[in-house]
Amino acid sequence: MPLTKEVLLNMYRRMLTIRYFEEGLTEFSKQGLVPGTGHVSIGEEAVAVGSCTALEEKDYIISTHRAHGHLLAKGADINIILAEVLGKATGCTGGKGGSMHLSDFGRQILGTNGIVGGGINIAGGVGLAIKKRKTGQICLAFFGDGAANRGTFHEGLNLAALWKIPTVFVCTNNQYGLSMPQSKACANLDISARAASYGMPGYRVDGTDVIAVYEAVKSAAERARKGEGPSLIEAVSYRLRGHSMRMDQMPGGSDYRPAGEVENWAENKDPIKIFNRKLKELGYLTDEAAKQIDAGCKKVFEAASEFALNSPEPEPETAFTWVYAQEGVK
Amino acid sequence: MPERQILYRESIAEAIKEEMARDDRVFLMGEDVGVLGGGFGSTRGIYEVFGGERVLDTPISETAIVGYALGAAMAGLRPIAEIMRVDWMTICMDEIVNQTAKMRYLSGGHPEVSVVIRAPAEGGIGLGGQHSQSFEAWFVHVPGLKVVMPSTPYDVKGLLKSAIRDPNPIIFLEPGVLYGVSGPVPEKEYVIPLGKAEVKKEGKDITVVAWGTLLPKTMNAAQTLAEEGIDVEVVDPRTLSPLDIDTIVNSVQKTGKLVIAHEAMKTCGVGAEIAALVQERAFDHLDAPIQRVATPDVIIPVNRALERLVLPQEDNIVEAVKAIA
Repeated sequence: MPLTKEVLLNMYRRMLTIRYFEEGLTEFSKQGLVPGTGHVSIGEEAVAVGSCTALEEKDYIISTHRAHGHLLAKGADINIILAEVLGKATGCTGGKGGSMHLSDFGRQILGTNGIVGGGINIAGGVGLAIKKRKTGQICLAFFGDGAANRGTFHEGLNLAALWKIPTVFVCTNNQYGLSMPQSKACANLDISARAASYGMPGYRVDGTDVIAVYEAVKSAAERARKGEGPSLIEAVSYRLRGHSMRMDQMPGGSDYRPAGEVENWAENKDPIKIFNRKLKELGYLTDEAAKQIDAGCKKVFEAASEFALNSPEPEPETAFTWVYAQEGVK
Repeated sequence: MPERQILYRESIAEAIKEEMARDDRVFLMGEDVGVLGGGFGSTRGIYEVFGGERVLDTPISETAIVGYALGAAMAGLRPIAEIMRVDWMTICMDEIVNQTAKMRYLSGGHPEVSVVIRAPAEGGIGLGGQHSQSFEAWFVHVPGLKVVMPSTPYDVKGLLKSAIRDPNPIIFLEPGVLYGVSGPVPEKEYVIPLGKAEVKKEGKDITVVAWGTLLPKTMNAAQTLAEEGIDVEVVDPRTLSPLDIDTIVNSVQKTGKLVIAHEAMKTCGVGAEIAALVQERAFDHLDAPIQRVATPDVIIPVNRALERLVLPQEDNIVEAVKAIA
């Protein structure tokens, strides 16, 4: 879709909604309302929204453990996603999957994954089915710089290129795999350069610039839809929070980054601040309008919180359903 | 007219061909499954009928084979993925255990995960430590998977057809030494339901539960023992998950004695689970301690004599039966 004022403002709303969702969730986690943990993508919203805006509704996505933003960017119901992260009966898996296992099959969101690099091959297989069934869809796989060092990245991308699978591989390089900076994890920091070795195009874009991400994914999606095969897009961004909400609450759980690094990115490379400035330059956003959008997004999260917090706990017998098709197991 | 006899591996290829003709969502993928017809010849002739669109030769990429099969199933197809040896399923255990087995549960019950992952299993042909193992117990331990291990040409065809039609992920293990064994397989179509054991030979004195390579060895042992006046009942579970424990318990209630024979390692093998279930369900019917015949906890050697020494043989079954008969 062309980036009209309306589309751009919707992108801005989605980025802000993701931010409020994850900031609010972090507070819920501190209050003990989130079972286990969750991995927020604060600072990476431009990758989620730029990518999903470049897709059509019928297109699939497969995502990672850091997926709230991807779900919301693809149009999942915020109430159901928040309820799931809080382990409630009204969540997308009835509270059985939690933050790392979110999905919305009605919106072609085929699930997220608790295993780093676990979704890459699955996305290739979805693409294989699309190709065989000639449905004109594509599948976009989100993963991170950590996953790019797993064997699944190599096997999945090689096969996708070989078979000209209609998949777009989007690597959010947030520069850390838990505490490990990318500079200690690989000698060549340019992940997009690996694409050439598989025989597919690779693009490295500024992952804090939502329009740059959109343009790259749009062009890769067009290529995939035409049957020309997959592309790899590396969107360089930064994880403004620690690895997980739980680790951020552990004493010393986030003490592995050089002094001032987080503050510097937050000040100068926050994708929402950057997009806000851009929209103002374009004349699409005034301070007053920005305030209204801000208040609207906050309200969306407040309404979702009310829904999720007031949702019932799952019934005990639901623990045993869905293990096998057609039957419960006890 | 005598019943048609075909090889175990021909029966597999026939089942796949029939199901691919029946349902155009079914396709086959794996290393060397197409042009060559499989590293052990179990997919010969399928590529010639259905071509490269539905018989996909893959690179040596086990995680991609299973991961792609899962993704294709989630988007509406019904893949049959072959891993050339069960030993190499260790390479794609994440795709099998964390992804495929759990996809339905972790997706709110949504996708149909109709994936069959086939692999040759067990030893006996001198292929050594990384090509001779039997991991059925590993997969039985994973909720969400069904585990099938057929022992005859007749069973493998009927069970594979059921597995391909099943909406759950299936681990389908084919004992490598049985590929070249022939047996009666009717030309008329049939299926065998998953989760149903079969009494392969009725007897009144003692029950032997056996599967895989040890099923034919047990049948031979039963003949030897019959000559010595011991009437053995042989039960083949055929499907190890879900396990048809009722058929086993019924047999033990009749005979009062149980030997379990499998080629997998003894420690934590499926035999241990069967023994536990039988003592839970039929303790009062047992007249003797349950015996297990299995491979001791060693690596499978290549040398013929050494391999024969560690893998359970007919003699070991005879001895185990005599110990409690």
